Amino acid sequence: MAHSKDEVLAGLAALVNDETGVPAESVVFGKSFADDLDIDSISMMTIVVNAEEEFGVKIPDDKVSELVTVDDAVNFIVSAQS
Amino acid sequence: MTTIVVTGIGATSPLGGNVRDSWEALLRKESGIRPLTEEWVQTHELPVTFAGRVKVPASEVLERIEIKRLDPSAQLAVIAAREAWKDAGEPGDAKERILVDFATGIGGLNTLLDAWDVMKEKGARRVLPMTIPMLMPNAAAAAISMDLSTRGGARTCVSACASGTESIANAVDHLRQGIADVVICGGTESVVHPLPIAAFAAMHALSTRNDEPHRASRPYDVNRDGFVLGEGAAVLVLETKEHAEARGAKIYAEIAGGAVTSDAHHITAPDPEGNGAARAVLDALENAGVTAADVNHINAHATSTPVGDIAEYTALHKVFGDRIKEIPVSATKSSTGHLLGGTGALEAVFTVLAAHEKVAPPTLNLENQDENIPLDVVVEPRALPDKVVAISNSFGFGGHNAVVVIKSV
Repeated sequence: MAHSKDEVLAGLAALVNDETGVPAESVVFGKSFADDLDIDSISMMTIVVNAEEEFGVKIPDDKVSELVTVDDAVNFIVSAQS
Repeated sequence: MTTIVVTGIGATSPLGGNVRDSWEALLRKESGIRPLTEEWVQTHELPVTFAGRVKVPASEVLERIEIKRLDPSAQLAVIAAREAWKDAGEPGDAKERILVDFATGIGGLNTLLDAWDVMKEKGARRVLPMTIPMLMPNAAAAAISMDLSTRGGARTCVSACASGTESIANAVDHLRQGIADVVICGGTESVVHPLPIAAFAAMHALSTRNDEPHRASRPYDVNRDGFVLGEGAAVLVLETKEHAEARGAKIYAEIAGGAVTSDAHHITAPDPEGNGAARAVLDALENAGVTAADVNHINAHATSTPVGDIAEYTALHKVFGDRIKEIPVSATKSSTGHLLGGTGALEAVFTVLAAHEKVAPPTLNLENQDENIPLDVVVEPRALPDKVVAISNSFGFGGHNAVVVIKSV
Protein backbone atom coordinates (compact mmCIF):
# COMPACT_ATOMS: atom_id res chain seq x y z
CA MET A 1 0.00 0.00 0.00
CA ALA A 2 1.39 3.36 -0.99
CA HIS A 3 2.28 5.85 1.73
CA SER A 4 1.30 9.49 1.51
CA LYS A 5 3.93 12.20 1.41
CA ASP A 6 3.35 13.01 5.08
CA GLU A 7 3.58 9.37 6.04
CA VAL A 8 6.87 9.00 4.18
CA LEU A 9 8.23 12.12 5.89
CA ALA A 10 7.25 10.81 9.32
CA GLY A 11 8.72 7.37 8.59
CA LEU A 12 11.92 8.85 7.20
CA ALA A 13 12.27 11.15 10.20
CA ALA A 14 11.97 8.13 12.49
CA LEU A 15 14.68 6.29 10.53
CA VAL A 16 16.98 9.33 10.67
CA ASN A 17 16.42 9.65 14.39
CA ASP A 18 17.04 5.96 14.96
CA GLU A 19 20.31 6.00 13.05
CA THR A 20 21.76 9.35 14.05
CA GLY A 21 19.95 10.58 17.14
CA VAL A 22 18.87 13.73 15.26
CA PRO A 23 15.42 14.65 16.66
CA ALA A 24 12.67 13.49 14.32
CA GLU A 25 11.02 16.93 14.44
CA SER A 26 14.14 18.45 12.82
CA VAL A 27 13.68 16.28 9.76
CA VAL A 28 11.39 18.57 7.76
CA PHE A 29 11.04 19.76 4.19
CA GLY A 30 13.72 22.19 3.14
CA LYS A 31 16.50 20.60 5.19
CA SER A 32 19.66 19.16 3.66
CA PHE A 33 20.82 15.84 5.13
CA ALA A 34 24.52 16.74 5.11
CA ASP A 35 24.53 20.51 5.58
CA ASP A 36 21.60 21.00 7.96
CA LEU A 37 21.29 17.67 9.75
CA ASP A 38 25.02 16.78 9.79
CA ILE A 39 24.42 13.27 8.49
CA ASP A 40 27.54 11.61 7.11
CA SER A 41 27.61 9.37 4.05
CA ILE A 42 27.74 6.12 5.97
CA SER A 43 24.69 7.10 8.03
CA MET A 44 22.96 8.17 4.83
CA MET A 45 23.60 4.75 3.31
CA THR A 46 22.21 3.09 6.43
CA ILE A 47 19.09 5.25 6.26
CA VAL A 48 18.69 4.33 2.59
CA VAL A 49 18.96 0.60 3.33
CA ASN A 50 16.39 0.92 6.11
CA ALA A 51 14.11 3.14 3.98
CA GLU A 52 14.06 0.54 1.21
CA GLU A 53 12.77 -1.99 3.69
CA GLU A 54 10.37 0.39 5.44
CA PHE A 55 8.69 1.65 2.27
CA GLY A 56 9.16 -1.38 0.03
CA VAL A 57 11.05 0.56 -2.62
CA LYS A 58 14.40 0.24 -4.35
CA ILE A 59 16.74 3.22 -4.22
CA PRO A 60 19.50 2.62 -6.78
CA ASP A 61 23.02 3.47 -5.60
CA ASP A 62 23.41 6.12 -8.31
CA LYS A 63 20.26 7.83 -7.04
CA VAL A 64 21.47 8.13 -3.45
CA SER A 65 23.89 10.96 -4.24
CA GLU A 66 20.97 12.92 -5.71
CA LEU A 67 19.01 12.72 -2.45
CA VAL A 68 20.46 15.91 -0.99
CA THR A 69 17.44 17.26 0.85
CA VAL A 70 14.56 15.78 2.78
CA ASP A 71 12.33 16.83 -0.13
CA ASP A 72 14.46 14.84 -2.58
CA ALA A 73 14.19 11.70 -0.50
CA VAL A 74 10.47 11.96 0.23
CA ASN A 75 9.62 12.75 -3.37
CA PHE A 76 11.75 9.88 -4.65
CA ILE A 77 10.21 7.38 -2.26
CA VAL A 78 6.65 8.52 -2.99
CA SER A 79 7.18 8.23 -6.75
CA ALA A 80 9.05 4.92 -6.44
CA GLN A 81 6.07 3.39 -4.63
CA SER A 82 3.80 3.77 -7.59
CA MET B 1 65.37 0.81 33.61
CA THR B 2 62.40 3.14 33.23
CA THR B 3 59.74 2.59 35.88
CA ILE B 4 56.23 2.18 34.52
CA VAL B 5 53.24 2.95 36.72
CA VAL B 6 49.47 2.52 36.63
CA THR B 7 47.61 5.79 37.07
CA GLY B 8 44.11 4.88 35.93
CA ILE B 9 41.95 1.77 35.82
CA GLY B 10 38.54 1.02 34.36
CA ALA B 11 36.39 -2.06 33.94
CA THR B 12 32.96 -3.36 33.17
CA SER B 13 32.57 -6.99 34.10
CA PRO B 14 30.13 -9.67 35.18
CA LEU B 15 30.69 -8.41 38.73
CA GLY B 16 30.03 -4.72 38.20
CA GLY B 17 29.82 -1.80 35.80
CA ASN B 18 33.04 -0.22 37.05
CA VAL B 19 36.26 -1.13 38.84
CA ARG B 20 35.09 -0.37 42.37
CA ASP B 21 31.87 -2.37 42.10
CA SER B 22 33.68 -5.28 40.40
CA TRP B 23 36.46 -5.37 43.00
CA GLU B 24 34.13 -5.13 45.98
CA ALA B 25 31.87 -7.87 44.59
CA LEU B 26 34.97 -10.00 44.05
CA LEU B 27 36.05 -9.50 47.67
CA ARG B 28 32.50 -10.32 48.83
CA LYS B 29 32.84 -13.63 46.98
CA GLU B 30 30.03 -12.92 44.56
CA SER B 31 29.62 -14.84 41.33
CA GLY B 32 28.97 -13.02 38.07
CA ILE B 33 27.79 -16.23 36.41
CA ARG B 34 24.06 -16.48 35.72
CA PRO B 35 21.62 -18.46 33.55
CA LEU B 36 21.16 -17.04 30.06
CA THR B 37 17.58 -15.91 29.53
CA GLU B 38 17.76 -15.35 25.76
CA GLU B 39 15.33 -17.27 23.61
CA TRP B 40 18.16 -18.60 21.44
CA VAL B 41 19.37 -20.82 24.25
CA GLN B 42 16.27 -22.98 23.78
CA THR B 43 15.93 -22.43 20.02
CA HIS B 44 19.36 -23.87 19.37
CA GLU B 45 19.23 -26.42 22.18
CA LEU B 46 22.57 -25.20 23.45
CA PRO B 47 24.45 -27.66 25.64
CA VAL B 48 25.50 -24.77 27.90
CA THR B 49 22.84 -22.40 29.21
CA PHE B 50 24.77 -19.90 31.36
CA ALA B 51 27.52 -17.30 31.10
CA GLY B 52 28.99 -14.24 32.75
CA ARG B 53 27.19 -11.36 31.13
CA VAL B 54 28.28 -7.86 32.12
CA LYS B 55 26.44 -6.77 35.26
CA VAL B 56 25.53 -3.40 33.75
CA PRO B 57 24.47 -3.61 30.08
CA ALA B 58 26.20 -1.16 27.75
CA SER B 59 22.80 0.17 26.71
CA GLU B 60 22.38 1.60 30.21
CA VAL B 61 25.64 3.55 29.94
CA LEU B 62 26.17 4.66 26.36
CA GLU B 63 24.13 6.85 24.06
CA ARG B 64 21.89 5.04 21.62
CA ILE B 65 23.96 6.24 18.69
CA GLU B 66 27.08 4.74 20.29
CA ILE B 67 25.28 1.43 20.70
CA LYS B 68 24.30 1.49 17.02
CA ARG B 69 27.78 2.38 15.76
CA LEU B 70 29.85 0.00 17.90
CA ASP B 71 29.93 -3.76 18.22
CA PRO B 72 29.24 -4.85 21.83
CA SER B 73 32.95 -5.60 22.31
CA ALA B 74 33.87 -2.02 21.41
CA GLN B 75 31.00 -0.65 23.51
CA LEU B 76 32.44 -2.31 26.61
CA ALA B 77 35.94 -1.13 25.69
CA VAL B 78 34.78 2.49 25.48
CA ILE B 79 32.98 2.26 28.83
CA ALA B 80 36.09 0.90 30.57
CA ALA B 81 38.41 3.35 28.78
CA ARG B 82 36.35 6.37 29.84
CA GLU B 83 36.48 5.24 33.46
CA ALA B 84 40.24 4.61 33.36
CA TRP B 85 40.94 7.89 31.58
CA LYS B 86 38.91 9.90 34.08
CA ASP B 87 40.52 7.98 36.93
CA ALA B 88 43.96 8.90 35.58
CA GLY B 89 42.99 12.56 35.57
CA GLU B 90 42.83 12.79 31.77
CA PRO B 91 46.58 13.27 31.24
CA GLY B 92 46.15 14.62 27.77
CA ASP B 93 48.01 17.72 26.63
CA ALA B 94 50.11 15.99 23.99
CA LYS B 95 47.60 13.73 22.25
CA GLU B 96 50.26 12.65 19.75
CA ARG B 97 52.20 11.10 22.65
CA ILE B 98 49.29 8.97 23.88
CA LEU B 99 49.16 5.48 22.41
CA VAL B 100 46.40 2.89 22.54
CA ASP B 101 47.44 -0.77 22.56
CA PHE B 102 44.26 -2.71 23.02
CA ALA B 103 43.31 -6.36 22.87
CA THR B 104 40.49 -8.55 21.74
CA GLY B 105 40.45 -12.28 21.29
CA ILE B 106 37.79 -12.47 18.60
CA GLY B 107 36.53 -8.99 17.71
CA GLY B 108 33.14 -7.97 16.37
CA LEU B 109 31.56 -11.37 16.20
CA ASN B 110 28.03 -10.27 17.07
CA THR B 111 28.07 -7.74 14.26
CA LEU B 112 29.39 -10.29 11.78
CA LEU B 113 26.85 -12.96 12.63
CA ASP B 114 23.91 -10.56 12.85
CA ALA B 115 24.79 -9.16 9.41
CA TRP B 116 25.03 -12.67 7.97
CA ASP B 117 21.60 -13.48 9.41
CA VAL B 118 20.16 -10.37 7.74
CA MET B 119 21.81 -11.20 4.42
CA LYS B 120 20.54 -14.77 4.39
CA GLU B 121 17.03 -13.67 5.28
CA LYS B 122 16.67 -10.44 3.30
CA GLY B 123 19.45 -10.32 0.75
CA ALA B 124 22.63 -8.36 0.11
CA ARG B 125 20.91 -4.97 -0.16
CA ARG B 126 19.89 -5.14 3.49
CA VAL B 127 23.46 -5.43 4.81
CA LEU B 128 24.25 -2.20 6.61
CA PRO B 129 27.25 -0.09 5.57
CA MET B 130 28.67 0.01 9.12
CA THR B 131 29.09 -3.77 9.16
CA ILE B 132 32.82 -3.91 8.36
CA PRO B 133 33.95 -1.00 10.58
CA MET B 134 32.03 -2.59 13.44
CA LEU B 135 33.28 -6.14 13.03
CA MET B 136 36.96 -5.45 12.36
CA PRO B 137 39.19 -6.55 15.25
CA ASN B 138 40.83 -3.13 15.55
CA ALA B 139 37.43 -1.47 16.11
CA ALA B 140 37.80 -1.34 19.89
CA ALA B 141 41.27 0.26 19.77
CA ALA B 142 40.03 2.72 17.17
CA ALA B 143 36.93 3.54 19.21
CA ILE B 144 39.02 4.31 22.30
CA SER B 145 41.42 6.44 20.29
CA MET B 146 38.57 8.39 18.70
CA ASP B 147 36.66 8.75 21.94
CA LEU B 148 39.63 10.14 23.86
CA SER B 149 41.19 11.93 20.85
CA THR B 150 44.54 10.17 21.28
CA ARG B 151 46.78 10.23 18.22
CA GLY B 152 49.93 8.27 19.11
CA GLY B 153 48.78 5.13 17.32
CA ALA B 154 45.94 2.72 18.00
CA ARG B 155 47.31 -0.79 17.93
CA THR B 156 45.44 -4.05 18.30
CA CYS B 157 46.79 -7.06 20.07
CA VAL B 158 45.20 -10.41 19.19
CA SER B 159 46.43 -13.58 20.89
CA ALA B 160 43.23 -15.30 22.04
CA CYS B 161 42.98 -15.49 25.81
CA ALA B 162 46.48 -14.09 26.31
CA SER B 163 45.57 -10.87 24.45
CA GLY B 164 44.75 -8.63 27.40
CA THR B 165 47.96 -9.43 29.25
CA GLU B 166 50.02 -9.19 26.07
CA SER B 167 48.67 -5.70 25.47
CA ILE B 168 49.95 -4.63 28.90
CA ALA B 169 53.36 -6.16 28.21
CA ASN B 170 53.37 -4.27 24.90
CA ALA B 171 52.48 -1.05 26.69
CA VAL B 172 55.50 -1.41 28.96
CA ASP B 173 57.71 -1.86 25.89
CA HIS B 174 56.24 1.20 24.15
CA LEU B 175 56.89 3.38 27.19
CA ARG B 176 60.42 2.07 27.67
CA GLN B 177 61.14 2.64 24.00
CA GLY B 178 60.06 6.21 24.52
CA ILE B 179 57.51 6.25 21.70
CA ALA B 180 54.73 7.49 24.00
CA ASP B 181 54.24 9.31 27.30
CA VAL B 182 51.02 7.50 28.13
CA VAL B 183 49.65 4.16 26.93
CA ILE B 184 46.04 3.09 27.27
CA CYS B 185 46.04 -0.70 27.31
CA GLY B 186 43.77 -3.57 28.21
CA GLY B 187 41.28 -5.79 26.45
CA THR B 188 37.67 -6.53 25.69
CA GLU B 189 35.41 -9.36 24.61
CA SER B 190 31.71 -9.78 24.09
CA VAL B 191 30.84 -13.00 22.30
CA VAL B 192 27.99 -14.38 24.38
CA HIS B 193 26.23 -15.62 21.27
CA PRO B 194 24.94 -19.09 20.39
CA LEU B 195 27.67 -19.77 17.82
CA PRO B 196 30.74 -19.42 20.06
CA ILE B 197 28.92 -21.24 22.85
CA ALA B 198 28.19 -24.11 20.46
CA ALA B 199 31.77 -24.04 19.14
CA PHE B 200 33.49 -23.94 22.52
CA ALA B 201 31.12 -26.67 23.70
CA ALA B 202 31.99 -28.75 20.63
CA MET B 203 35.59 -28.86 21.81
CA HIS B 204 34.44 -29.73 25.35
CA ALA B 205 36.03 -26.55 26.66
CA LEU B 206 32.98 -25.27 28.57
CA SER B 207 31.56 -26.33 31.89
CA THR B 208 28.13 -27.91 31.48
CA ARG B 209 27.03 -27.41 35.07
CA ASN B 210 23.73 -25.93 33.85
CA ASP B 211 21.85 -26.58 37.07
CA GLU B 212 24.33 -24.56 39.19
CA PRO B 213 25.88 -21.79 37.09
CA HIS B 214 27.45 -19.94 40.03
CA ARG B 215 29.32 -23.11 41.00
CA ALA B 216 30.49 -23.94 37.47
CA SER B 217 33.77 -22.02 37.38
CA ARG B 218 35.85 -23.92 39.93
CA PRO B 219 39.59 -23.74 39.23
CA TYR B 220 41.69 -26.42 40.94
CA ASP B 221 38.64 -28.30 42.19
CA VAL B 222 38.57 -32.03 41.38
CA ASN B 223 35.12 -31.57 39.86
CA ARG B 224 36.05 -28.77 37.48
CA ASP B 225 34.72 -29.50 34.01
CA GLY B 226 35.61 -26.55 31.81
CA PHE B 227 35.60 -22.78 31.65
CA VAL B 228 32.63 -20.44 31.84
CA LEU B 229 32.24 -17.86 29.10
CA GLY B 230 32.28 -14.29 30.40
CA GLU B 231 32.26 -10.87 28.80
CA GLY B 232 33.63 -7.50 29.70
CA ALA B 233 36.48 -5.08 29.27
CA ALA B 234 39.23 -3.63 31.41
CA VAL B 235 41.60 -0.76 30.76
CA LEU B 236 44.79 0.45 32.42
CA VAL B 237 46.43 3.81 31.87
CA LEU B 238 50.20 3.40 32.07
CA GLU B 239 52.88 6.02 32.02
CA THR B 240 56.47 6.44 33.08
CA LYS B 241 56.86 7.20 36.76
CA GLU B 242 58.60 10.42 35.79
CA HIS B 243 55.65 11.54 33.68
CA ALA B 244 53.15 10.57 36.36
CA GLU B 245 55.03 12.36 39.11
CA ALA B 246 55.55 15.46 37.03
CA ARG B 247 51.81 15.91 36.75
CA GLY B 248 51.12 14.86 40.34
CA ALA B 249 49.10 11.79 39.39
CA LYS B 250 48.05 9.20 41.92
CA ILE B 251 49.88 5.91 41.40
CA TYR B 252 48.23 2.55 42.02
CA ALA B 253 51.16 0.25 41.37
CA GLU B 254 54.04 -0.47 39.03
CA ILE B 255 53.89 -2.69 35.99
CA ALA B 256 57.46 -3.77 36.57
CA GLY B 257 57.71 -5.89 33.45
CA GLY B 258 56.13 -8.35 31.11
CA ALA B 259 56.92 -11.08 28.64
CA VAL B 260 55.37 -13.12 25.87
CA THR B 261 56.35 -16.60 24.66
CA SER B 262 54.81 -19.23 22.41
CA ASP B 263 54.59 -22.98 22.86
CA ALA B 264 54.83 -24.18 19.24
CA HIS B 265 53.15 -27.29 20.59
CA HIS B 266 49.42 -27.48 19.76
CA ILE B 267 46.77 -25.05 18.55
CA THR B 268 44.55 -25.50 21.63
CA ALA B 269 46.21 -27.78 24.16
CA PRO B 270 48.80 -26.28 26.50
CA ASP B 271 52.26 -27.81 26.51
CA PRO B 272 51.82 -30.44 29.25
CA GLU B 273 55.36 -29.73 30.44
CA GLY B 274 54.47 -26.06 30.83
CA ASN B 275 57.73 -24.99 29.21
CA GLY B 276 56.40 -22.03 27.27
CA ALA B 277 54.40 -20.76 30.22
CA ALA B 278 57.37 -21.17 32.57
CA ARG B 279 59.59 -19.23 30.17
CA ALA B 280 57.02 -16.46 30.04
CA VAL B 281 57.06 -16.18 33.84
CA LEU B 282 60.87 -16.25 33.99
CA ASP B 283 61.25 -13.73 31.16
CA ALA B 284 58.71 -11.42 32.79
CA LEU B 285 60.52 -11.60 36.13
CA GLU B 286 63.82 -10.83 34.43
CA ASN B 287 62.22 -7.99 32.49
CA ALA B 288 60.92 -6.64 35.79
CA GLY B 289 64.28 -6.88 37.52
CA VAL B 290 63.01 -9.25 40.20
CA THR B 291 63.55 -12.92 40.95
CA ALA B 292 61.22 -15.82 41.62
CA ALA B 293 62.05 -15.47 45.31
CA ASP B 294 60.46 -12.00 45.36
CA VAL B 295 57.02 -13.09 44.16
CA ASN B 296 54.39 -13.18 46.91
CA HIS B 297 51.10 -13.22 44.99
CA ILE B 298 49.89 -14.83 41.76
CA ASN B 299 46.73 -14.17 39.79
CA ALA B 300 46.62 -17.40 37.82
CA HIS B 301 45.12 -17.98 34.40
CA ALA B 302 43.22 -20.91 35.98
CA THR B 303 40.28 -21.25 33.63
CA SER B 304 38.83 -24.29 35.42
CA THR B 305 39.56 -26.74 32.61
CA PRO B 306 40.89 -30.13 33.70
CA VAL B 307 44.03 -29.91 31.55
CA GLY B 308 44.78 -26.19 31.66
CA ASP B 309 44.90 -25.83 35.43
CA ILE B 310 47.39 -28.70 35.72
CA ALA B 311 49.60 -27.35 32.94
CA GLU B 312 49.79 -23.94 34.62
CA TYR B 313 50.64 -25.57 37.95
CA THR B 314 53.42 -27.54 36.25
CA ALA B 315 54.81 -24.32 34.80
CA LEU B 316 54.63 -22.52 38.13
CA HIS B 317 56.36 -25.41 39.87
CA LYS B 318 59.14 -25.24 37.28
CA VAL B 319 59.72 -21.58 38.11
CA PHE B 320 59.15 -21.48 41.86
CA GLY B 321 59.98 -25.04 42.95
CA ASP B 322 58.40 -26.18 46.17
CA ARG B 323 58.09 -22.57 47.32
CA ILE B 324 55.03 -22.41 45.06
CA LYS B 325 53.09 -23.96 47.96
CA GLU B 326 53.73 -20.81 49.99
CA ILE B 327 52.63 -18.21 47.44
CA PRO B 328 48.99 -17.10 47.71
CA VAL B 329 47.29 -17.80 44.38
CA SER B 330 43.99 -16.19 43.34
CA ALA B 331 41.90 -17.63 40.52
CA THR B 332 39.40 -14.87 39.91
CA LYS B 333 37.77 -16.50 36.88
CA SER B 334 35.89 -18.45 39.53
CA SER B 335 33.86 -15.23 40.02
CA THR B 336 33.99 -13.56 36.63
CA GLY B 337 34.13 -16.42 34.16
CA HIS B 338 36.59 -16.24 31.30
CA LEU B 339 36.54 -12.94 29.43
CA LEU B 340 38.79 -14.31 26.65
CA GLY B 341 40.57 -11.26 25.15
CA GLY B 342 39.45 -9.13 28.09
CA THR B 343 40.45 -11.53 30.80
CA GLY B 344 44.12 -10.64 31.24
CA ALA B 345 43.27 -6.97 31.51
CA LEU B 346 40.59 -7.53 34.15
CA GLU B 347 42.90 -9.80 36.14
CA ALA B 348 45.69 -7.24 35.88
CA VAL B 349 43.31 -4.62 37.28
CA PHE B 350 42.50 -6.98 40.15
CA THR B 351 46.21 -7.61 40.73
CA VAL B 352 46.97 -3.88 40.66
CA LEU B 353 44.31 -3.45 43.36
CA ALA B 354 45.69 -6.42 45.29
CA ALA B 355 49.09 -4.71 45.32
CA HIS B 356 47.57 -1.33 46.12
CA GLU B 357 45.25 -2.48 48.90
CA LYS B 358 47.46 -5.38 50.10
CA VAL B 359 44.78 -8.00 49.77
CA ALA B 360 44.61 -11.12 47.61
CA PRO B 361 41.10 -11.70 46.23
CA PRO B 362 39.29 -14.97 46.93
CA THR B 363 38.75 -17.99 44.70
CA LEU B 364 35.23 -19.43 44.65
CA ASN B 365 34.03 -23.02 44.55
CA LEU B 366 37.19 -24.73 45.75
CA GLU B 367 35.48 -27.51 47.65
CA ASN B 368 37.80 -30.40 47.03
CA GLN B 369 41.21 -29.28 45.82
CA ASP B 370 42.85 -31.42 43.16
CA GLU B 371 45.71 -33.19 44.95
CA ASN B 372 47.81 -32.85 41.83
CA ILE B 373 47.69 -29.07 42.21
CA PRO B 374 49.05 -28.39 45.69
CA LEU B 375 48.87 -24.59 45.49
CA ASP B 376 48.08 -22.21 48.33
CA VAL B 377 44.76 -21.11 46.85
CA VAL B 378 43.26 -18.00 48.42
CA VAL B 379 39.63 -18.78 49.28
CA GLU B 380 38.92 -15.82 51.58
CA PRO B 381 40.34 -12.32 51.02
CA ARG B 382 43.81 -12.50 52.49
CA ALA B 383 46.19 -9.77 53.62
CA LEU B 384 49.37 -9.41 51.59
CA PRO B 385 52.67 -8.03 52.85
CA ASP B 386 53.44 -4.36 52.52
CA LYS B 387 55.71 -4.92 49.53
CA VAL B 388 53.77 -6.90 46.95
CA VAL B 389 55.43 -8.47 43.92
CA ALA B 390 52.74 -10.24 41.93
CA ILE B 391 52.44 -11.92 38.57
CA SER B 392 49.32 -12.18 36.43
CA ASN B 393 49.30 -15.00 33.87
CA SER B 394 47.33 -15.49 30.67
CA PHE B 395 47.53 -18.26 28.11
CA GLY B 396 45.67 -18.58 24.85
CA PHE B 397 44.74 -20.87 21.99
CA GLY B 398 47.66 -20.82 19.61
CA GLY B 399 50.13 -21.50 22.39
CA HIS B 400 50.35 -17.85 23.47
CA ASN B 401 51.75 -17.19 26.93
CA ALA B 402 51.79 -13.71 28.46
CA VAL B 403 52.80 -12.65 31.95
CA VAL B 404 53.05 -9.27 33.64
CA VAL B 405 54.73 -8.40 36.92
CA ILE B 406 52.93 -5.96 39.19
CA LYS B 407 54.61 -4.33 42.17
CA SER B 408 53.24 -2.20 44.95
CA VAL B 409 54.67 1.31 45.24
